[in-house]
Amino acid sequence: MSNVVSLDSIFGLGELAPPATMPAAPEAASGCSSSSCGSSDGPADMDPAVWEKVKNHPCYSEEAHHYFARMHVAVAPACNIQCNYCNRKYDCSNESRPGVVSEKLTPDQAIKKILAVAQEIPQLSVIGIAGPGDSLAANGRNTFATFEMLQKKAPDLKLCLSTNGLALPDHVDTIAQYNIDHVTITINMVDPEVGARIYPWIFHKHKRWTGLDAAKILHEQQMLGLEMLTSRGILVKVNSVMIPGINDEHLLEVNKAVKSRGAFLHNIMPLISDAAHGTWFGLNGQRGPTAQELKVVQDACEGGAKLMRHCRQCRADAVGLLGEDRGEEFTADKIEAMGAIDYDDEARRSYRDHVEAERAGRHASKAAAQADVRESIGFTVDPILIAVATKGGERINEHFGHAKEFQIYEVGPGGAKFVGHRRVDQYCEGGSGDVDTLDGVLAAINDCTAVFVAKIGGCPSKSLADAGIEPVDRFAFDYIEESALAYFKDYAERLGQGAVQSRAGQDAVIRTGALTARRA
Amino acid sequence: MAYKIKSAECTVCGACEAECPNVAISLKKGTYVIDPAKCTECQGQFDSPQCAAVCPADCCVPA
Repeated sequence: MSNVVSLDSIFGLGELAPPATMPAAPEAASGCSSSSCGSSDGPADMDPAVWEKVKNHPCYSEEAHHYFARMHVAVAPACNIQCNYCNRKYDCSNESRPGVVSEKLTPDQAIKKILAVAQEIPQLSVIGIAGPGDSLAANGRNTFATFEMLQKKAPDLKLCLSTNGLALPDHVDTIAQYNIDHVTITINMVDPEVGARIYPWIFHKHKRWTGLDAAKILHEQQMLGLEMLTSRGILVKVNSVMIPGINDEHLLEVNKAVKSRGAFLHNIMPLISDAAHGTWFGLNGQRGPTAQELKVVQDACEGGAKLMRHCRQCRADAVGLLGEDRGEEFTADKIEAMGAIDYDDEARRSYRDHVEAERAGRHASKAAAQADVRESIGFTVDPILIAVATKGGERINEHFGHAKEFQIYEVGPGGAKFVGHRRVDQYCEGGSGDVDTLDGVLAAINDCTAVFVAKIGGCPSKSLADAGIEPVDRFAFDYIEESALAYFKDYAERLGQGAVQSRAGQDAVIRTGALTARRA
Repeated sequence: MAYKIKSAECTVCGACEAECPNVAISLKKGTYVIDPAKCTECQGQFDSPQCAAVCPADCCVPA
């Protein structure tokens, strides 16, 4: 059966047994029971009720994004504002960025597609509506029609929507009525002067508004909608597009404003800007930030509203784990050919049980690895960045040449944490490596000290070493964070002996072009 | 007195259909069209034609 095949495939190379035969999670090093340290209780700083809502949502929990998949259905093409970073005339299956889709769907088509994907991908936990326009424009008609049917047909899937916030106050009651627990608002400014440089116009109360008036109305609606949602206990994620020279420093103000209104998570994303996309910013030479510029703003916001750093800026019809897009497997033609599809959540339930067991004890084992580093080297060595080739499960389980992105971890005496990802073109296609692609990979992870892989060939290995980035395959199939801490301990010793050099001050390039690599 | 949609520039997003106070806009063979018999250019209803005000491609124009 196809769903069993795909369930097995994510466990990878036999390192994990299927759920039914999986042994209990090993006792954590610190000896505490899984009931107090396990994933079922979530992180110490999170309300258990909130953890219950986010633990399986890949966009709301960094940890969940290693295990769970999301799917966007493109039922909402209409929009009520114009943004300078968006041009919805462009429709290309080789591109991955918000607002881009290949096929618009009716609510009926969307339900059929969701049921088909749910049968094939047991990691699926969330259905989101993120456009390609605004999910609440045109009165949110298609959005709510889709969720109404979905709630009845597949009640185990979480519902989620994304909006610019302009029409949000009018729809908060409906959102609550359909048990939509997660709402994302894109908020790029809290000052209309800044907003006027991002939004040329909005359509509100039967009128097109421009300039400061437009930005002021949008800002007021966004803040009102945010307050209305959080007062009802609905989790709100705020997305902000970082636009160098326009709102980069201003995002600290945005972070404070949304935190004070109860936003759960703040996601600062780099502007994707390219003349070929036909956007106003793209055509007028507005650049996006570098990897380090983005990280500086994100780091400056730490301590305010909790930061999300694992966003992949998905297409409005993305399907799969956050780092992948399996949309091409589920085009309208292919779904039509599948015939009638019944709802069956057995594979998803057994996958969720498996993940629950896998995650139990992980928090304690990470803490033990961190304590080991702190005891042996103290706080004398600055943290480093490590690029990781992974296909999920918090493990180093992807070959260097097959990686379409690298996850970036910052590791130091304070622990190992996920701080971002870098998209790359797949280096190895059809068995041979491509030198141009390798240069792109080197530029994308140039600020990293090491790259962790399951396997790597001799040629790319040498190029990486020549560029000062150490290729590391000795942690193949192990957990990322524990391996990163073990590596850091070793690195600190070698640094003390003068055997390695620090890569502080290096920057990296955020890749924004079309994805040309095919799925492995 | 009516508006029309320049189909070559239309993105088929449907924003106009939702705003039209006269239900004059519908999807025909994959593209939105305005029924000139129903279109009033929103005179007496709104400050400006709603389809043109909301259209992201600026393709709703006087016929």
